[in-house]
Amino acid sequence: MSLSDDQIRRIARLARIAVRPEELAAVGERLNRVLGLIDQMRAVDTAGIEPMSHALDVVQRLRPDEVTESDRRDAYQALAPAVQEGLYLVPKVIE
Amino acid sequence: MLNATLTQLSEALAAKRISSVELTRAFLERIRKLNGELNAFITVDEAHSLEGAKRADERRAKGEAGPLNGIPVAHKDIFCTRALRTTCGSKMLENYTSPYDAYVIEQFERAGSVLLGKCNMDEFAMGSSNETSYFGPVRNPWDKRRVPGGSSGGSAAAVAARMAPAATGTDTGGSIRQPAALTGICGLKPTYGVVSRYGMVAFASSLDQAGPMAKSAADLAVMMNVMAGFDARDSTSLQRPKEDYTRGLNRSLSGLRIGLPKEYFGAGIEPGVQRAVEEAVRWFASQGAQSVPIELPNAKLGVPVYYVIAPAEASSNLSRFDGVRYGHRAKGYSDLADMYARSRAEGFGAEVKRRILVGTYVLSHGYYDAYYLQAQKVRRLIARDFAAAFERCDIVLGPTAPSAAFALGAKTDDPVKMYLNDIFTIPAPLAGLPALSVPCGFDAAGLPVGLQLMGNYFSEAVLLGVAHRYQQATDWHLRVPSETPL
Repeated sequence: MSLSDDQIRRIARLARIAVRPEELAAVGERLNRVLGLIDQMRAVDTAGIEPMSHALDVVQRLRPDEVTESDRRDAYQALAPAVQEGLYLVPKVIE
Repeated sequence: MLNATLTQLSEALAAKRISSVELTRAFLERIRKLNGELNAFITVDEAHSLEGAKRADERRAKGEAGPLNGIPVAHKDIFCTRALRTTCGSKMLENYTSPYDAYVIEQFERAGSVLLGKCNMDEFAMGSSNETSYFGPVRNPWDKRRVPGGSSGGSAAAVAARMAPAATGTDTGGSIRQPAALTGICGLKPTYGVVSRYGMVAFASSLDQAGPMAKSAADLAVMMNVMAGFDARDSTSLQRPKEDYTRGLNRSLSGLRIGLPKEYFGAGIEPGVQRAVEEAVRWFASQGAQSVPIELPNAKLGVPVYYVIAPAEASSNLSRFDGVRYGHRAKGYSDLADMYARSRAEGFGAEVKRRILVGTYVLSHGYYDAYYLQAQKVRRLIARDFAAAFERCDIVLGPTAPSAAFALGAKTDDPVKMYLNDIFTIPAPLAGLPALSVPCGFDAAGLPVGLQLMGNYFSEAVLLGVAHRYQQATDWHLRVPSETPL
């Protein structure tokens, strides 16, 4: 199957990636090639096959419910594009 | 010294024939001489490396030397380091310096090694030629007009050109083994869960695995002893007893059952690759190994399955890059949603965006069962093929890649053409199995060919032992690329 421009715009919106109108054709053409490749596995009969979500059949480990992290806010916020008084700054969301 | 193995370097350092400062300086000089052309390193800090070397020499003097004490090691720029920035080959992280070290970095530090620099790579490890790097492509030391493979292309080129005695890499669909093959070095992707992913920038978390890249299988074993181990900070790190990966290096090949999958010896393989791999098969037979014809009928579905699972996981993992907490933030935007979309559009390159879009699509409402769930089921079929094969053989052997190194730009226009280069490396990580690549000869153009050995879960020591025996009888791994003579 082939994705329409509208579908590509929708996926890009879901992915939070801006695609300029002039890029749309090229992006779509290559995406459709990849989907053509992926389609090869869709016809395989997998009735009754358990999906494999992990390379090894292991159970998620649990750790004791104890505080293990120290406060490293300053070190982490030093990397941020914009902070103020210990808060991350983003454009105004609510007027 | 530039061409010495890790064992030889350890001996020379222990016997005080050379100091770590002298050794580190020699490699830094080599990097200075070659990196302009090869572009194997993104970041090198000579002063920092030399300080590390000085500390290693001081530890040596006090009798506190660890197993890799004083040996410089290069790290793929996917491993977080406090000392040097960690770009992951992306504009998104161009100026990112991590507040913590990756587990792998900690382990090498603990072993006493010197941080030599951070190696170039495909952006977020997405690529098979190192051409998706924001910092420009790496060139293959055997022919600078050709790619070194990817995504660990910088690590591979650095070891091949003797700019580093050893390097780390990561492998999701072949990113250690394929560049190792294309540059004539050795690389091992361990069993999933053997090396902690803590501090390793995530691409596809159910597949990503770190591993060693070096000139010989014996060196890989030495590095595995440093890298492997349980780490509670990675929820998929395996709790198992510590192994000595060098223990099998002198094993006999007599009676070893080598599975030869017919899918790995069919059409689509370059004649030069086929010839070199068949020559290796004959050598193993001459040593008393037994060739077992096997089938991996679903292996051919590996590439399409991988390009559902890996982008799906990547689209989720890379959602963390939002221009808020770290990484690139766009300059102009109208509101919060626009800031996300522009920051990501500017910060990511075309291939990374493509995979995020593919992943978003296959996970989106109405398509999940047809793509993601179906891919996970076919993944199970691929793993079952291996399980059936390992009832009849001890290891599986074939080419690492269908062709030798290709020209820069040859596959950049068609993502599918590029993806198919990983046809032989993708099945092992889908099943979670260990696999390695060792050089097994050259094609007619003088380009190295890689031999791939795949094993059952936790059979790394067997694979390393088999590869080591092969390397005692051959000298492919000792050849220095003609374009970067010593």
